[in-house]
Amino acid sequence: MSATTVARVRAPASRRTGWVFVGACCALIALALIALGSGRYPLSIAEVAAVLWDRVTGHAAASTSDAIVWQIRLPRVCVALLVGAALAAAGTAYQHLFRNPLVAPDTLGVSSGAALGAVLGIFLGAGFLAIEAAAFLGGLLAVGAVMLIAARLSAHEPLVTLILTGIVIASLLGAAISMFKYLADPYNQLPAITFWLMGSLAASSAQELGVLAPAVGVALAVLFALAWRINLLALPEDEARALGIDSGRLRLAVIAAATLATSASVAVSGIIGWVGLVVPHMARLIVGPEFSRLLPLAAVFGAAFMLAIDTLARTLASIEIPPGILTAVVGTPVFIALLARSRRS
Amino acid sequence: MLVVENLAFGFPSRRVGDHVTFALAPGETLALLGANGAGKTTLLRTLLGLLPPLAGRVAIDGAPIARFTPAERATRIAYVPQHHVPAYAFSVTDAVLMGRAGRIGTFARPGRADHAAAAEALATLGIGSLARRPVTEISGGERQLVMIARALAQQASIIVLDEPTASLDFGNRVRVLRELDRLRARGMTLLFSTHEPDQALVHADRALLLADGRPLALDAVGRALSAENIERLYGTPVRLVALDGNRYACVPDERRA
Repeated sequence: MSATTVARVRAPASRRTGWVFVGACCALIALALIALGSGRYPLSIAEVAAVLWDRVTGHAAASTSDAIVWQIRLPRVCVALLVGAALAAAGTAYQHLFRNPLVAPDTLGVSSGAALGAVLGIFLGAGFLAIEAAAFLGGLLAVGAVMLIAARLSAHEPLVTLILTGIVIASLLGAAISMFKYLADPYNQLPAITFWLMGSLAASSAQELGVLAPAVGVALAVLFALAWRINLLALPEDEARALGIDSGRLRLAVIAAATLATSASVAVSGIIGWVGLVVPHMARLIVGPEFSRLLPLAAVFGAAFMLAIDTLARTLASIEIPPGILTAVVGTPVFIALLARSRRS
Repeated sequence: MLVVENLAFGFPSRRVGDHVTFALAPGETLALLGANGAGKTTLLRTLLGLLPPLAGRVAIDGAPIARFTPAERATRIAYVPQHHVPAYAFSVTDAVLMGRAGRIGTFARPGRADHAAAAEALATLGIGSLARRPVTEISGGERQLVMIARALAQQASIIVLDEPTASLDFGNRVRVLRELDRLRARGMTLLFSTHEPDQALVHADRALLLADGRPLALDAVGRALSAENIERLYGTPVRLVALDGNRYACVPDERRA
């Protein structure tokens, strides 16, 4: 087999993926510039670019535009990008792991666990950082419990057992959240809990970004490093093992990384559904399921999707619309269309 | 060289079979036959190192299979599943490349040599033209050939096939068996399970007959697959009809039924 034949065999898929990826990145940058200019105090793309460039080159003037872009909008845009990329990447990983394109980061109880942690923090009147830490811990504990119980129970169908355990644990955590809402002070705590559960990026600050960025960075780095191997998790267990991988350890690593990404996002933005379900599906329709090609595109799509949603959420009406409501409004029809399309083919 | 000594296999809670002893020499093809539930698949899984032996020994190249890492094991023995159900629409090339997992580092991607091995495996089976098609959109027979190509790309010394033609129509069955014969002619070591005695008679050197988890016969196909043994295995009278060449058809004997 000559080298040229090999090159011809492998080129098309990779080249197409490359172009799609470059295009998506350009769209993402354009979208970010638009998002930075949108809001109560609108700025043109040229003004945004100038303000950004002035800081980069050290010529920053203490202008209103500078303060709005750098202190208010940029942290929020960055949080939206990271949350979107994290949820989409986690969803893509879980969907490979469970060999099911319809599962979401919520499947393992991560979102519910993180939500319970945060609700507990709000209920106890904890500070901002403590609430985030509690959400993070709740997510990890929930998935830990799910995995532990599933490992004890499973013999023949480990994945089915895992999903069922996740659903059971999630509903238990949901009940616990309801209990805290019922017990909460209806004037201060209940609104705070309810708004947080709806999901919002309104409180995004540089401080939150400092918590979110390292966690998402580590999680994405692990998934990128293992990307090709994660393909084998989409095979039946016996086949993957016969092909020479330690599927148990690989699965644990992927669950840990995807859970870190999910719970860090939930800790910062509350529960924003659909991103981890719909975005991987869209990316897969374009570049196919091969994970090392799929993951980068899903992450960029997720970032763009979340940024677009958040920008709409804060500019559509005179008050902010919770982005979780928008993702549901956008996500449901897209999902039904995807389902119809996959049924046809 | 696969050596199985006094093997008991099954699950910790349920023993499926025992007293299995045989050796598979390089270049040899062994057919495994048994009624439904006789333990064929469980035995194959044990040979592949996917289930630990309950007693006895499975060794490849002189070393117990449990001593190998998964990657080492994969370079020695490959597995073609009975019926591959793809979860996602991987391209045929991507599916075959997965056969290289044991030779690709944990954090690495397939390189030039891996792509070459995958392309060669597809060419060997005459399905190079499928390379870019999604595995979800090809026929069952083609998918079975893709699974065999994946095992070839694995470059293991032994290939284990679990009922390779069970879910195929007549034409695809012939096509898969023809490719298996080619691999035999090239000196590959094969072990396949089947429900069709005449398939074993034509396409294997030796046959292992498994009844309720125990070997009923282990011999050259002509001797192991006597009408008498087949009757004992499946509990129904049969007649072996000689066709041209060294082919046989195994048909139910209605006169004695």
